Amino acid sequence: MLKTFKIGGVHPPENKLSKDKKIEVLPLPKTVFIPVAQHIGAPATPVVKKGDEVKVGQVIAQSSSFVSTNIHSSVSGKVTKVDFSADSSGYPKQGIFIAVDGDEWIEGIDRSEDLVKEISVDGPEIVKKIQEAGIVGLGGATFPTHVKLVPPKGMKAEVLLINGVECEPYLTSDHRLMLEKADEIMVGIQLLMKAMGVDKAVIGIENNKPDAIKLLNEKCSAYKGVSVQPLKVQYPQGGEKQLINAVTGKEVPSGALPIAVGAVVSNVGTAFAVYEAIQKNKPLFERVVTVTGKGLEKPSNFLVRVGTATSELIEAAGGVPENTGKIISGGPMMGRAIASLDVPVTKGTSGLLLIQEEESKREEIQACIRCSRCTSVCPMGLEPYLLMTLGEKQIFDRAENERIMDCIECGSCSYTCPSSRPLLDYIRFGKGKVGAMIRSRKK
Amino acid sequence: MSITVVYTIVTLAVIGAAAAVILYFVAQKFKVVEDPRIDDVDEALPGANCGGCGYAGCRAFAEACVKASALGDLNCPVGGNETMNNVASILGLEAVKKDPRVAYIRCNGTCEHRPKTSSFDGATTCAIASSVYSGESGCQYGCLGYGDCYDACDFDAIVMHPETGIPEIIDDKCVACGACVDACPKDLIELRKKMPKNRKVVVSCRNQDKGGVARKACSVACIGCGKCVKECPFDAITMENNLAYIDSDKCKLCRKCVAVCPTGAIIEENFPPRKVKPVEKKETKPVN
Amino acid sequence: MSKLLTVSPSPHVHSSESTQKIMLRVVYAMIPAMLWGIYMFGLDAVRVGLISILSCLAIEFLIQKYIMKVKPSITDGSALITGVLLAFNVPVSLPWWIIIIGAIAAMGVGKLSFGGLGSNVFNPALVGRVFLLISFPVQMTSWPATRMMSVDSVSAATPLAVIKEGIKNGIPVSQLQGLPDLSDMAIGFNNGSMGEISAILLIIGGLYMLWKKVITWQTPVSIILTVLVVSGIFWLINPEMYVNPVYHVITGGLMLGAIFMATDMVTSPMTGKGQLIYGVGIGLITISIRMFGAYPEGISFAILIMNAFVPLINMYVKPKRFGGQ
Repeated sequence: MLKTFKIGGVHPPENKLSKDKKIEVLPLPKTVFIPVAQHIGAPATPVVKKGDEVKVGQVIAQSSSFVSTNIHSSVSGKVTKVDFSADSSGYPKQGIFIAVDGDEWIEGIDRSEDLVKEISVDGPEIVKKIQEAGIVGLGGATFPTHVKLVPPKGMKAEVLLINGVECEPYLTSDHRLMLEKADEIMVGIQLLMKAMGVDKAVIGIENNKPDAIKLLNEKCSAYKGVSVQPLKVQYPQGGEKQLINAVTGKEVPSGALPIAVGAVVSNVGTAFAVYEAIQKNKPLFERVVTVTGKGLEKPSNFLVRVGTATSELIEAAGGVPENTGKIISGGPMMGRAIASLDVPVTKGTSGLLLIQEEESKREEIQACIRCSRCTSVCPMGLEPYLLMTLGEKQIFDRAENERIMDCIECGSCSYTCPSSRPLLDYIRFGKGKVGAMIRSRKK
Repeated sequence: MSITVVYTIVTLAVIGAAAAVILYFVAQKFKVVEDPRIDDVDEALPGANCGGCGYAGCRAFAEACVKASALGDLNCPVGGNETMNNVASILGLEAVKKDPRVAYIRCNGTCEHRPKTSSFDGATTCAIASSVYSGESGCQYGCLGYGDCYDACDFDAIVMHPETGIPEIIDDKCVACGACVDACPKDLIELRKKMPKNRKVVVSCRNQDKGGVARKACSVACIGCGKCVKECPFDAITMENNLAYIDSDKCKLCRKCVAVCPTGAIIEENFPPRKVKPVEKKETKPVN
Repeated sequence: MSKLLTVSPSPHVHSSESTQKIMLRVVYAMIPAMLWGIYMFGLDAVRVGLISILSCLAIEFLIQKYIMKVKPSITDGSALITGVLLAFNVPVSLPWWIIIIGAIAAMGVGKLSFGGLGSNVFNPALVGRVFLLISFPVQMTSWPATRMMSVDSVSAATPLAVIKEGIKNGIPVSQLQGLPDLSDMAIGFNNGSMGEISAILLIIGGLYMLWKKVITWQTPVSIILTVLVVSGIFWLINPEMYVNPVYHVITGGLMLGAIFMATDMVTSPMTGKGQLIYGVGIGLITISIRMFGAYPEGISFAILIMNAFVPLINMYVKPKRFGGQ
């Protein structure tokens, strides 16, 4: 019996179309737009201006507070402007436009493919370098990694959990990374363990990736303290709290951080980025992005420079098919639909999914028949039907008592609702209002 | 049989008497002493409980009025000056005369003027749509048309225009309670001074983008050219973030700004037809 | 790309589940019992079934279109289920106009007056049935002969009615006339309403619904266990006066009620724990009515009474929250 989390969950069709496609390096774009807010927390402050020459890996925006991080240039060339442009939210965000000219990297970055196994730095230095290299959680949440590695006073991390679950349908970037960069990920895990001062790390991988489980299991013998935990395929296992529950059996209390049960969760992509930052001195300016979709000519996994426009990735995968109805940045369960192809790839872009016209429209909303499917699939043990009604009717104090803030917005409720009700839409709306209520109360 | 009737009457009478005694003592014990003027003020208020005054309802407003030493900050927008005068006379205070106001929706971005660039398919409320993304057109400031203001209005003063999809205010029904102002996530609605015959001169746009960007998204956007600011003889127009704003308290309805606006973003309403045709309306260029 | 891109909040995929599919599965699950009713009662069963289904659909359509002025939703399958259940719950000799009155009570009072599918508090088919039982007690308790009986017997009492008579008059169980064998009743060679007579076929339908995840086990199992335990206690105390508990479980409408009516999604609790409370409540009320009440059968009243408690149960019985309370 494979492990999985205890409450709720769904199993949408996996559709991992690109799981056998090797990671390809995407050709350099002509221009990039690099937003300064690619992470949770304060946006970075631009330190370049129009006309400046920049090189690959150069800091172009400086971290502005502890929960913030540096932004590096992903290309070499000239800054054409520092201006606002739409990101995946559709709202204009500040960023830096660079016209690409050649591919000149700053000095000190080791561009060779050789594996560097020896760890020559100590814990605090690793944290410092992670912060400087602009590393954020690459699973999609984009929380600055250095913040996670420093536990609040009085708490101690006991175990590092590495998220190789990739529970979102369609996405394969983490899967490919595990297959192609297994050793690097392992060294990255060792670095994270050292930074946190723990001697145990568990890599959680869902059972639909037997090749990755096998490969990493073999590697484990060479790296002390690391083990692989195969997991039953169940969405949203990649959620931090669900992964901790699946692997350790512990439940993170409501409103608390994972460190409350002694766990810190990092994505495999993050582990790889940590390896590159410390062993190769290379800041985070490129990442693996899955470009996929049923109508797409060749679903692929690309290594992409941050700031590259969405359109370039789709071109490289065969162009936008005629009957595309929706384009999603991220996976189908939690990703954001984008309105324009000019949206840039950021540190948090794990995939681009093209959905065909007929699947893109929601079905007609029908009356709730109280089938309680939403309640039974909710991984947080909430009652989505009730929270939706409370959001719709704007009864926010009751929604707070029904623990609306525990919702992780995984979308299992909306996915499973036989009446196609927009449960999560209203719950998210209610969360926003309740969150504002709580903040104003604290003041 | 008759004895049953007697028993019944006696029993009921005893129960009734006992209950009356209990009720009397309970009522004494839990008596709440309340200023009788609160009831009087409450009576004088419209009783709509709309919250336009900033209080939870008419009763709460009445309590606030009774407590207050001056009525300066307290105003019932629904009842207007008449109601406030009544309240003032009950309380023996001075009523502060306030100009009546009326809501206006500052967007004229109909489909004709503002081409769609994407289509939204989610729960149809403005609050949710605006939290998902900037909107179906290139203008992130414009009306979404899902009618949160319509839902918020307790006075049937807003109708959704069946063709444009943009809400319209029925001036004679609007009581300026401000519920729609709070409901609009794009902050499009403003309470403006009510002019004679409901006449209006308004910049019907909230687009703060630079001229070219704004114009591309919507043909009737304010492009921030500043002509109206120069033209206005009363200093009623200000320009901030590429957006002109007409202060309704200063505007004298001369309509000179309407004539110079190159995009038609300034709108005049309820005026008699002009003798000379204003600026020739430019042909709307379809984007793409 | 010729058309505009669609933007919507996540999730962007949806399961293949739909309300219609769930409703149809319930209908499929009722087919075995329906066929058995037709076999036992002949064409009269077909007549009752058709009148009931058609009038339920028509009444929903007419009320939604002309009184509520909303888009009629007769295609969602819920009116179909109500129609079948109403037919299951009445004697097949019922005149056509009484069935139509039952359908009006079921759809109009039981469902649409609350706002339609999903908003009703009480199970519509049971509202219809109880309405008829109170308004037309004679017609609703006159049972026609099944094919197993001799041709000249016009009507016969149901096993529960026989038991009730026994309790009222203090006749010991062993001396009661006209009680069929247990095995006959399990298969369905007894008398009663069209859909309730074969316990085995109803259980088969219930298993199908469990397999298709239309219902959960909590409600039917807790009802049946409660009835078994409570009637078992009485039987152990005095086997002369009270019948074997198994008898209680397989006679009358208990199986039909426990499997098809108490499990109605709209009117049953949302959590497993809540469904257990609800089921136990139904079991207790059913057996109290059967043993001490005026009516021989009590499951309809029991379900309706517990329906009224469902909002309260939902209010206080919460699912297990992640991360403790």
